[in-house]
Amino acid sequence: MLDARIPSGPINEHWDNHRDSISLVSPANKRRFTIIVVGTGLAGASAAATLGELGYRVKAYTFHDSARRAHSIAAQGGINAAKNYPNDGDSIHRLFYDTVKGGDYRSRESNVYRLAQLSVEIIDQCTAQGVPFAREYGGLLANRSFGGAQVSRTFYARGQTGQQLLLGAYQAMMRQVDRGTVELHTQTEMLDVVVKDGRAVGIVTRDLVSGEIASHPGHAVLLATGGYSNVFYLSTNAMKSNVTAVWRAHRQGALFANPCYTQIHPTCIPASDEFQSKLTLMSESLRNDGRIWVPDRAGDTRLPGDIGESDRDYYLERRYPAFGNLVPRDVASRAAKVEVDRGKGVGPLANGVYLDFEEALRRLGQDTVRERYGNLFDMYHRITGESPYETPMRIYPAMHYTMGGLWVDYNLMTTIPGLYALGEANFSDHGANRLGASALMQGLADGYFVVPYTVGDYLAPQLGEGLVPSNDAAFVETERQVATRTERYLSIGGSRSVDWFHRELGKVLWEYCGMERTADGLRRAISDIDSLKEDFDRDLRVLGTSSTLNQSLEKAGRVDDFLQLARLMCVDALHREESCGGHFRVEHQTDDGEARRDDANFSYVAAWGWANGHEPILHQEPLTFDHVKPAQRSYR
Amino acid sequence: MHLTLRVWRQDGPGVEGRFETYEAAGIHQDMSFLEMLDLVNERLVTAGHEPIAFDHDCREGICGSCGLMIDGRAHGPQGSTATCQLHMREFSDGDTIVIEPWRATSFPIVRDLVVDRGAFDRIIEAGGYIGAPTGSAPEANLTPVPKETSDAAMDAAACIGCGACVAACPNGAGQLFTAAKVAHLNLLPQGQPERWMRVERMVETMEEYFGSCSNHGECEPACPKGISLDNIALMNRDYLLSKIRNRKLGGQR
Repeated sequence: MLDARIPSGPINEHWDNHRDSISLVSPANKRRFTIIVVGTGLAGASAAATLGELGYRVKAYTFHDSARRAHSIAAQGGINAAKNYPNDGDSIHRLFYDTVKGGDYRSRESNVYRLAQLSVEIIDQCTAQGVPFAREYGGLLANRSFGGAQVSRTFYARGQTGQQLLLGAYQAMMRQVDRGTVELHTQTEMLDVVVKDGRAVGIVTRDLVSGEIASHPGHAVLLATGGYSNVFYLSTNAMKSNVTAVWRAHRQGALFANPCYTQIHPTCIPASDEFQSKLTLMSESLRNDGRIWVPDRAGDTRLPGDIGESDRDYYLERRYPAFGNLVPRDVASRAAKVEVDRGKGVGPLANGVYLDFEEALRRLGQDTVRERYGNLFDMYHRITGESPYETPMRIYPAMHYTMGGLWVDYNLMTTIPGLYALGEANFSDHGANRLGASALMQGLADGYFVVPYTVGDYLAPQLGEGLVPSNDAAFVETERQVATRTERYLSIGGSRSVDWFHRELGKVLWEYCGMERTADGLRRAISDIDSLKEDFDRDLRVLGTSSTLNQSLEKAGRVDDFLQLARLMCVDALHREESCGGHFRVEHQTDDGEARRDDANFSYVAAWGWANGHEPILHQEPLTFDHVKPAQRSYR
Repeated sequence: MHLTLRVWRQDGPGVEGRFETYEAAGIHQDMSFLEMLDLVNERLVTAGHEPIAFDHDCREGICGSCGLMIDGRAHGPQGSTATCQLHMREFSDGDTIVIEPWRATSFPIVRDLVVDRGAFDRIIEAGGYIGAPTGSAPEANLTPVPKETSDAAMDAAACIGCGACVAACPNGAGQLFTAAKVAHLNLLPQGQPERWMRVERMVETMEEYFGSCSNHGECEPACPKGISLDNIALMNRDYLLSKIRNRKLGGQR
């Protein structure tokens, strides 16, 4: 039974009480501690900047050539905050409630409450940094509503909110680089965590340009390395996004929580051919004004403009009159799959549904639509060659975000003391489904406001203790393992490329562990993955050497870890005999085809322990709901 | 489509490079340019040759990782489009395409088509930020910002740091990148306290790494985000003023 170390008292006082009771490190002593931050996206950069400002010695690592390139940059739609500027009834409690409900009652109440509280400060912080959020003519900040919310609480910077928030955090971090409190290592990939006497004491990295493997000691290690959607091969994530840092930590003893909670985003551009390398997201803010429909009749190949109103099925508006096109992501995604599976898919491969702006263009005029969505329409046009001003967009769900991740307690510490996980890399706040515009909020809450406090509580008792030297046996042995692994990929000398294995893995997962899962399918997937992993170990071909930039070699390590993770995802999905949020087991659904939870048996976090290649070991963190009463979610 | 590619190959920094020719058959017009390269690489690996190294990540035109000189044009023939968003329908069957890395001494070649754009980070370090330590921020709506100002700041902030402006410039100048960040921050009320110090340090750091601007204007059409040359004018004005402003009077209207 896992102890999340949730503070006592009324939930709205948890965070304040906790901050008041945890240990502090005095300003003069902070520089005596070295903190390693891996990943410089929203969570990592904001943590590195803040810890540097506080006076800690921070060492930050990114595999990009610049910290500004992390995948947070691609988030389009916005960031939620309970500011209630529009005066439409929002509050911290309501944001908390919506997030717990949206997560299908599988998140930890206390964490979510803290997230809602901190959301307010994030907007203040980012505005002070110069993030150019959208404004009204009076000069005050603008808000919009976003998928799954009945209030307008989303702040945005055109369709580039993630970019602007990341640049704010990146710039704050670069300021600390200039001041000498943050030491930034670019083009450096973390390949293992070093654990000594049960504590995280540093990391081992590979310099992607020179191939050099090196040790970096730290008093604490913060992983902010994002999610694992790319395990599906095709996803909306950037090509380099991977699970390696998290998976290596897992193999060193950190529990991996809820790996089967993956989010399919409803509004992506459908795949156009077999060479497709990734899927492109179209912000779900488009659902505010776009209407989703399919032809009434299966196999209707007429052009959308030739299909009259009476021959169209606006299926979300029909099935969910209260929320219409704004139902949460998991609901919208599954509904699209139902229509396409019925043969009503549109486009050359019949693999999409329409997202139509005809009504919005009539109601708002082209100028307003362009102002709201111009850059998204242009992007769609560039990719598909079709203009959404003239013909409806075609969209289909795609893998987008992973709610699962390293198990962390209230302090964001994993089960390895001294090892923390922030942002998408942890599991904590979104339950089984994340609401739109909440990922940016969580990444920044963790980095700016949570970990800078909680890490001090771990460090304070260690005052005066030096770093474990990099020639310590723990480092030497970990370096040796990393070097052996790297050389092994080069020495297999098989016949198939890394990408081939990645694509095959993606097909298995999408088929059996994607939008819908069955016990039979999952069992099949586990055996398919096992044999794919055997093939990988025997038949992989990576050319070149380990002493230069070698992108295939980098990818080999990532795909190897994806293969192991994929298996755990299927094991978790198979064990969770219920449907909840993004985890939809066909065997467990209501008469209306909605997810049916089993609160009596599965109201817990499933945190898996690595067992050296044997069957993973399940640990549980029971979830209690004292403030939001679990109910069958309804968006009708 | 059947294409002939002439690709710059270079084994490492400071090593002599060369053009190699590859035939790319069976290219679909809906493929992106980078997917075309993926396919070429897959075939190279099958044939036992090392794949072409090129930088890329988000493939949505926002991370700024990708950047190729395609037939001598930064990011290729389509305006306002990063390499990753360029699709093969912009090319014709039988075309020969020349693919090179960014050409600028400030961006040394790491391997093949990959360059090191670390010099951009040096400019940001020098002042491309607003000093607002976490926790010290005032309530967000305490400072109203005129919508026109905010929109202009956003236009400048849209820069993705890809380096196309430098690659397109005959002088290898870094003005458009630097000016975009100066304009983003110097236009906003939040950026005023550091305004003169910012522009001074950023411009002077830029000059350490990059060539000089002589108003060719090649950068603007090469920019995938349409960053305007006007920002350079704003930066030049602020830089000049930074030398004569009495900063002790900065709090006065």
